[in-house]
Amino acid sequence: MKSFGKGILFTTVIAFILVLSGCGTQSQKKSVTIVGSTALQPLVEKAAADYQVKHDGVDITVQGGGSGTGLSQVQQGAVDIGNSDVYAEQQDGIDAKKLVDNRVAVVGMAPVVNKDVPIKNISMLNLQKIFTGKITNWKEVGGPNQKIVVINRAQGSGIRKSFERVVLKGKTALNAQEQDSNGTVQKIVQATPGAISYLSFSYFNNQIKHLSIDNVQPTAKNVVNDNWKIWSYEHMYTKQNPSKAAKDFIKYMTSETVQNNLVSDLGYISIHSMKVELTPDDKVIPIKGAE
Amino acid sequence: MDAVKTELMKKSKASRQDQRGKLISLFCIFLIMLVVLSILYMITSKGLATFFENKMSFTDFFTKKVWNPSAKPQPLVGALPMIVGSFGVTVLSAILAAPFAIATAVFMTDISGKRGQAILQPVIELLVGIPSVVYGFIGLTVVVPFTRAVFGGTGFGILSGTFVLFVMVLPTVTSMYVDSLKAVPRFYREASLALGATRWQTIYKVIIRASIPGLLTAIIFGMARAFGEALAVQMVIGNASILPQDLVSPASTLTSVLTTGIGNTVLGTLPNNALWSLALVLLLMSLVFNLLTRFIGKKGAF
Repeated sequence: MKSFGKGILFTTVIAFILVLSGCGTQSQKKSVTIVGSTALQPLVEKAAADYQVKHDGVDITVQGGGSGTGLSQVQQGAVDIGNSDVYAEQQDGIDAKKLVDNRVAVVGMAPVVNKDVPIKNISMLNLQKIFTGKITNWKEVGGPNQKIVVINRAQGSGIRKSFERVVLKGKTALNAQEQDSNGTVQKIVQATPGAISYLSFSYFNNQIKHLSIDNVQPTAKNVVNDNWKIWSYEHMYTKQNPSKAAKDFIKYMTSETVQNNLVSDLGYISIHSMKVELTPDDKVIPIKGAE
Repeated sequence: MDAVKTELMKKSKASRQDQRGKLISLFCIFLIMLVVLSILYMITSKGLATFFENKMSFTDFFTKKVWNPSAKPQPLVGALPMIVGSFGVTVLSAILAAPFAIATAVFMTDISGKRGQAILQPVIELLVGIPSVVYGFIGLTVVVPFTRAVFGGTGFGILSGTFVLFVMVLPTVTSMYVDSLKAVPRFYREASLALGATRWQTIYKVIIRASIPGLLTAIIFGMARAFGEALAVQMVIGNASILPQDLVSPASTLTSVLTTGIGNTVLGTLPNNALWSLALVLLLMSLVFNLLTRFIGKKGAF
């Protein structure tokens, strides 16, 4: 009888798994799967939560995984929306023509240093020299005699591409420490004497110091007219013919409600406030009628 | 007569159970084999694509020092710094953990008796259950500043990685070594004591000597764990793909480069394939570790 009992247990477990996994697919809810950029993830997660409260019957799943993953998954059709920090045109192995770009926010980035570094401003040229390894001591840029500890971002990450586009202008970066998350960089810069790295505006806090470049402050106001040069878009890519649910959600993301509240609350910059546009081939052009 | 015959020809309940059990086991084994084989196939085909599809040089991969697979026009896939980094943290943490593991295990089996083991066993097992991000975070906030203050440098590097991994492999090595110490026959101890050896002499000259194959197996298992650990090491080693010159300058491991890079690359491109090649190296190394334990296990006394 004992083995009979086990048989029942086994069947029950299997049946249970089947029933549970069946629930997701058989329900009447429309589902939208979103994968990609970890920089955009908090915003999309928040917006998705609000959206699902208002729209019963839509099931939105938001996952990280990185911009490359987001783009390749949406290209394969594995997910509905792929989040990316970079233009699909700039990512190897992605056919941008097959995808539709939806820009949902703007992110500003700025160099940050350890609190003990007594400088507030740096020239673009010196910043470039630090990140290419030509300047290695803070005294060369008007600071104390202290070694500069460069903390770069992960190779191929969106933030690094944006930073290198503006600051390095094609020069090769110094081979240095690399960290892949804003949170870790924040902690390391905070704790390491003489450290410099770069972060999204939303990760500034009073434990670390952000630098202005050529006396331009890293603020949203300076980003919208391109006085502050280091910024990029957050993209939500879909296939050519996305599902209605996906389309509606992206519409919601770009709506005034989200752009004017959630976007700025979380430290991003509204896409509608921009007075300039950055094209996939890295040109900055003014938007007509935005002035 | 016929009734007996049919009764005999019919399968008994026990034999039917036997068959059913066999079928279920076979099914499970087949499923596991399928999973393992498909993972092997995936990693191998992707990992080898770097060399066959993208025509990168095999020797460059193992000997060159610059890692920049997305560089244009000439991508650079020199994995030597990562390989050295991985072996560095693995070997050092195993060396550091071994004496502690030996002492703890001997204490649990031969010195403290039942009570010591009752307390230490859960403590050791608890260490295994702590998620690696917790180790990484403690490493980042405690070990890195400590290394910076005591040994200089930025604090990020192989040394910090070693300290973090030391704590992470200690429970593995200890609990495996406890098992092999328990397997040392009781009469070894009795004979040694009967010959007039002290407890220390018995432990040192008999028990530890007799359990050396078990100790080596335990250490290699610990090394396999250290070699494959990604997150915690990634947080403290600095992730600079530079060939390490000393223990306190930023370095990188195979896993740390793999985890930071995989999300930013697209399947099927060289930067992605190059990362799969790193995964292939990891896989082959864990295979080597496995074979080593088998080899040592065969030589064991019991």
